[in-house]
Amino acid sequence: MSTAHPTTPKRKWWDFGKKSQPGGEAHEKDETFYRAGQWQLVWWKFRRHKLAQIAMAVLGLFYLIVIFAEFISPYDPQKRFKDYSTLPPSKVHIFDAQGSIHPPFVYALKRERDPVTLRPIYKEDPTALYPVALFVPGDEYKLWGLFAGNVHLFGVKTEPDTFVPLFLLGSDTLGHDMLSRIFFGARISLTVGLIGVVLAFFMGLVLGGIAGFFGGLADEIIMRVIDVLLALPTIPLWMSLAAALPQDWPQLKTYFYVTIILSIFGWTILARVVRGKLLSLREEDYVMAARLDGESETQIITRYMLPGFTSYIIVSLTLSIPNMILGETSLSFLGVGLRPPTISWGVMLQEAQNLQTVAQTPWLLWPVAFVILAVLMFNFLGDGLRDAADPYVT
Amino acid sequence: MLNYIIGRLARMIPQIFLVSILAFIIIQLPPGDFLTEQINRLRATGATVDEAEIQRLTNMYGLDQPMYVQYFRWIGNIVTRLDFGYSFLWQRPVNDVLLSRMGMTFFIAFLAFVVSWGFAIPVGIYVAVKQYSFADYFFTFIGFIGLATPGFLLALVLMYVSYAILGIRVGGLFSPEFEPQPMSWAKFMDLLGHLWLPVLILAIAGMANIIRTLRATMLDELRKQYVTVARSKGLSEFQVIMQYPVRIAINPIISQTTYLLAWLFSGGTVVEIVLNLNTAGPVLWRALLQQDMYTAGAYILILGVLYSLGSLLSDLLLAAIDPRIRFGAMEAA
Repeated sequence: MSTAHPTTPKRKWWDFGKKSQPGGEAHEKDETFYRAGQWQLVWWKFRRHKLAQIAMAVLGLFYLIVIFAEFISPYDPQKRFKDYSTLPPSKVHIFDAQGSIHPPFVYALKRERDPVTLRPIYKEDPTALYPVALFVPGDEYKLWGLFAGNVHLFGVKTEPDTFVPLFLLGSDTLGHDMLSRIFFGARISLTVGLIGVVLAFFMGLVLGGIAGFFGGLADEIIMRVIDVLLALPTIPLWMSLAAALPQDWPQLKTYFYVTIILSIFGWTILARVVRGKLLSLREEDYVMAARLDGESETQIITRYMLPGFTSYIIVSLTLSIPNMILGETSLSFLGVGLRPPTISWGVMLQEAQNLQTVAQTPWLLWPVAFVILAVLMFNFLGDGLRDAADPYVT
Repeated sequence: MLNYIIGRLARMIPQIFLVSILAFIIIQLPPGDFLTEQINRLRATGATVDEAEIQRLTNMYGLDQPMYVQYFRWIGNIVTRLDFGYSFLWQRPVNDVLLSRMGMTFFIAFLAFVVSWGFAIPVGIYVAVKQYSFADYFFTFIGFIGLATPGFLLALVLMYVSYAILGIRVGGLFSPEFEPQPMSWAKFMDLLGHLWLPVLILAIAGMANIIRTLRATMLDELRKQYVTVARSKGLSEFQVIMQYPVRIAINPIISQTTYLLAWLFSGGTVVEIVLNLNTAGPVLWRALLQQDMYTAGAYILILGVLYSLGSLLSDLLLAAIDPRIRFGAMEAA
């Protein structure tokens, strides 16, 4: 592209990350493009992928919830509101009975029993309005076990001795607030994948590295093991391994072991990527040049070969997180993974195992929506990263 | 070709050995051995335990012997007499408990496999040829949902929907009136009436994968020059697409057959439990919850061996279809 070109140059893909500039600066733009580092290029390409950006925003929000669950949740997730069990999602009103407009508010509820089925039914009592507000004092908590507080992001403003529930997603059979539990469940369900991936990352990198770099017998053995592991159905194996964890272990220990079990089969794909890349990069001229320059083997691997496939590693890590999230959900759902009182999305779904409950209290299925959303977003993000990281796709 | 087959068969032996080790590890995983566990349980319920019976079982499984002896006794029984041990939960040999139900599980997985291939391959070709059309976006979207939704969640949601809207109680394999009857045509039709839901749930997930892969490889192939050449030679559009790019693009699908089956089976286990089918998945589940480990180990071993066979078949099929693989193998040999 030459600066002497009379018309405004057509926008190329590398311009899309930037604001549109008036013509005549094409030369400068070329300069920034050619001088941009690898990660700058990846970032520009990633910004073209709208879906992946949305996914990143949604996941960012999810992890904010994970970090500040105590503050964002309206209630203590372990607190049982015995008078409000299996409460359908609360209705937030704007119009009162007379039809005049108010800021969002809820009515107090009266509990009655269905004369036939004896199931609790709740009736709204339209005599008093209770406004929904931000930064409302409520259940005591300790953020990250360190900072005591009782202000929640949102809740119902009431007199200190009255209680009006605001269960946006309803309550479960024991009277827990579903929304608060989903937020706290995110803390487990969304970190199982991250920690599992870190473990899988180390196993994959080491074993794939050994196979790819040394080749020969080590390569043959590791690849055969991977073949076997990949061809086995993971869920039955996960189930078998997780079922062997003793029931009386503390929550944290079970959590940690479940992540290990999930990563046992997660490393295989990564190891394959690492091996394949190492094998092809070994033949590259610049690696030969580095070797002729007298660089040591470690230097060659870490300084020349590793940067060549970091992007691939990041992509396959992102794409294996959703599998682990689904794995934890399935295991906990079946009662062989995490168990109550640990809260995770899978544990919450244990209540929705039979048709009876699902039919009568469909709001217990809400964790399903969050699982699907999280998995979908990780897939979109991974796809966007893959396109952005591939230097041959423009 | 013969060299290739022999080489491929030789590779299967270490594979099956690894699988058997894995299954044996799973049997040994729970703390203590199953026999003591079982005796404790029986004593807790107040039943008397026959000392001679304990002695017989200890000898039979070599529980007083070192680990490797136990392994060889276990695998020896399986290889020589197809005896997978005894299920303490069902109080019957594992073979009786597992084999017939396993057949049903495979039947479901196989149906799901046929449905997903039969539907996904034409669709995959179509969306690649009509890139960026409405159908393309539609199936990409469905594919993403299918990938993100594990079968058992789909089963839960469909169970709710069919109950809330259609008023049908789904689940089970047979209607109650057919349960005790011997197999007949009417019973078979009743079975199919119950099977469509699990088959559909599993097939949706499988389809998503195939469509995605096929679309990607087809798009790569369609851009190549030989397609232009074929077109310029005056071949009909149908021939241009079906005779060349499809033949290449189908390879990854065939080589993924084993993974697809493994995947159908994996998801199938939980779907079967949710839908309360009388198949192998729930058997594994109950066995694991009660630490009936010979049943669980047999399940893993049978699956593993069948997958080794499956991957053997798909490799041979691939070699039969793609001449490059046969030649590659001959040069290597």
